[in-house]
Amino acid sequence: MAAISNPVPGGSRNSAGLVPPEPVEPVTSGQAPGGAGAAEPGPRGSGLGLLSRFRPGRGVVMAIPYGWLLLFFLIPFLIVLKISLSEAQLAIPPFTPLTETLAEEGRTVITLFWDNYRRLTGDDLYIIAYLNSLWIAFVSTIFCLLIGYPVAYAIAKADPRWRAPLLMLIILPFWTSFLIRVYAWIGILSDTGLLNNFLMMLGIIDSPLRILYTPTATYIGITYSYLPFMILPLYATLEKMDNTLLEAAADLGCPPWKAFLTITLPLSIPGMLAGSLLVFIPATGEFVIPELLGGPDTLMIGRVLWSEFFNNRDWPVASAVAIALLLFLVVPIMLFQNVQGRQQEAGRG
Amino acid sequence: MAMPPPTAAASPSRTAAKTTLEPWRDPQAKPYVRVEKVTKKFGDFTAVDDVSLSIYRGEFFSLLGGSGSGKTTLLRMLAGFEQPTEGRIFIDGVDMSGVPPYERPVNMMFQSYALFPHMTVEGNIAFGLHQDKVPKAEIQDRVREVLELVQLAQFGKRKPHQLSGGQRQRVALARALVKRPKILLLDEPLGALDKKLREQTQFELVNIQEKVGITFVIVTHDQEEAMTMSSRIAVMNRGYIAQVGTPTEIYEYPNNRFVAEFIGSVNTFSGRVIESAQDHSLVRSEEAGCDLYISHPSHIATGTPCWVAVRPEKVTISKDQPMGGEPGRNQTQGVVKEIAYLGDVSIYDVELDSGKRVRVTAPNVTRRTEMPITWEDRVHLSWRPFAGSVLTE
Repeated sequence: MAAISNPVPGGSRNSAGLVPPEPVEPVTSGQAPGGAGAAEPGPRGSGLGLLSRFRPGRGVVMAIPYGWLLLFFLIPFLIVLKISLSEAQLAIPPFTPLTETLAEEGRTVITLFWDNYRRLTGDDLYIIAYLNSLWIAFVSTIFCLLIGYPVAYAIAKADPRWRAPLLMLIILPFWTSFLIRVYAWIGILSDTGLLNNFLMMLGIIDSPLRILYTPTATYIGITYSYLPFMILPLYATLEKMDNTLLEAAADLGCPPWKAFLTITLPLSIPGMLAGSLLVFIPATGEFVIPELLGGPDTLMIGRVLWSEFFNNRDWPVASAVAIALLLFLVVPIMLFQNVQGRQQEAGRG
Repeated sequence: MAMPPPTAAASPSRTAAKTTLEPWRDPQAKPYVRVEKVTKKFGDFTAVDDVSLSIYRGEFFSLLGGSGSGKTTLLRMLAGFEQPTEGRIFIDGVDMSGVPPYERPVNMMFQSYALFPHMTVEGNIAFGLHQDKVPKAEIQDRVREVLELVQLAQFGKRKPHQLSGGQRQRVALARALVKRPKILLLDEPLGALDKKLREQTQFELVNIQEKVGITFVIVTHDQEEAMTMSSRIAVMNRGYIAQVGTPTEIYEYPNNRFVAEFIGSVNTFSGRVIESAQDHSLVRSEEAGCDLYISHPSHIATGTPCWVAVRPEKVTISKDQPMGGEPGRNQTQGVVKEIAYLGDVSIYDVELDSGKRVRVTAPNVTRRTEMPITWEDRVHLSWRPFAGSVLTE
């Protein structure tokens, strides 16, 4: 870097002098390797050393993720937002355009149709579905935390040779389709399924437990499916925790169980929050699990969204539901970002 | 390496204390810490090899050695983080076998400081007192007291990451001191500080130790640090203790080649004992090109091969034949090959006729506008009878 940027201001200082020495120029351009050569005319022209840091390559690298977000997040979001503000109609596509060109006056009119959002607040169904989704996601997150923490802790404390294989086992289920794994739970939880057969064989129960098509099955399904998202960030936090802190605690007279409560647990809060948000956010919008495992009374916003789209063919209302869900989730996402930022800051200290 | 004379480096206040406090010379004195034939093995690797040590109350005891010498393992066994494979450790007469770290009357200051990042400075320091269920009011008093001792009174509410390296080091010290342990263990306490701060902190540590009167056991790889602060030093090498003694003893009377070469710089001449008497030894050395007369007994039988160590600052370099002395004894000649001018001293590298290179340091007493001795000069080297010491392997 220095070899490239240094000769340039030197060269410009020379050209500011009375007699610009000619031989300097070829030497500097000769030192600059091919790619960086393109950046040279700028700084030499301006004569500012600082500007020589400018690299067009850097801009390209930065543009890729932003371009990706623009193309696959912002534009679709704007399309959904637009649909949510239009009115349903029996046509293809099944919603009115926002803009209308009035031929006689020769101007374009934009009509925003807010009724879809009014319906969301007016109808109990949507509010209950939202609250229910948040509750189910919350409870499932707690279960993930209760199960995930000991697992992550055990892996982090395991012999280093075993950590990679154990983590592999956590990630292994991802190699099978998510849908198939949820279907498998039907076979486990149904009235004549594995669990009931097993319990009846042991004589613990006489008649099958009704689990499938109840909220319980939804909790089980969500907890099972999202558990790895809890374990992985928790493991990362616990694994990088400085073991000498626990030694210091022991040295100061703190027995191991108390050191866990006063040192390990508070220091793993960032991991717990990261894992919880990774579980909570997708679980709130979950559709497949309540659809397959939950009963008709397991009302979650994902199912409402689905039925608005496909049963009612009311795209604008479905879009409004989606936008509202997004807003519901933006708050936890920002919280997550904030925690991450603080975590990085603390890590530096 | 120019090594400042250790006696000058040790603070004068300590020399006064030392004359009254040399319990290791008293056969009746009861050691405060007794390490008895302790061996620690990790698999096939022997980290600590049959070490026995006695440390007395109020000492500032250093375990000095390079990496892998076992000094940290020994310290961790004192703290209770490692259990000896063989042997026993007694602290104040109590056998520490099987006693977990949280029940030992010792505290440790960790090399990485190991401050709890989620607690304030006060929280960190009070942590140990909370474990002992000390009443709240007393905790406050003791935390304030120890914060004043380490001059951090106004930093109590800060978090560790808001402190500088030197301040963190003091918090770690305060946290270990506040419990008033029987022994304070310090693992490379100054290792993470820059050179200036390190030198300053050395003296502070010594002052604090004298103020609180707690026995300090410190692990260090820095010989200067050990020499400056310690009442006694145990030099460790590959798991065993090479020598235990006061800084002066270790520097002036090393009893083996490892210690002589580890502490400061030294010239070693190989030779054979030709006279071994009550008050002196005489060693014949082809390498030195003269007989080496040492004014203390070596207890080595005549004819045994040995080494004689002579510190560079104890050798006199001159262009003329030195006055006095017996020719052929502690006097040799060579050619100056290298000169390093360090300001206060100059280091000369002299090649003897045998090809052996000898290092000589000479203070620059006068301002040197011209070089009295220069490259390729033929010079005389000489030293006094007390300068050398006889070493075994």
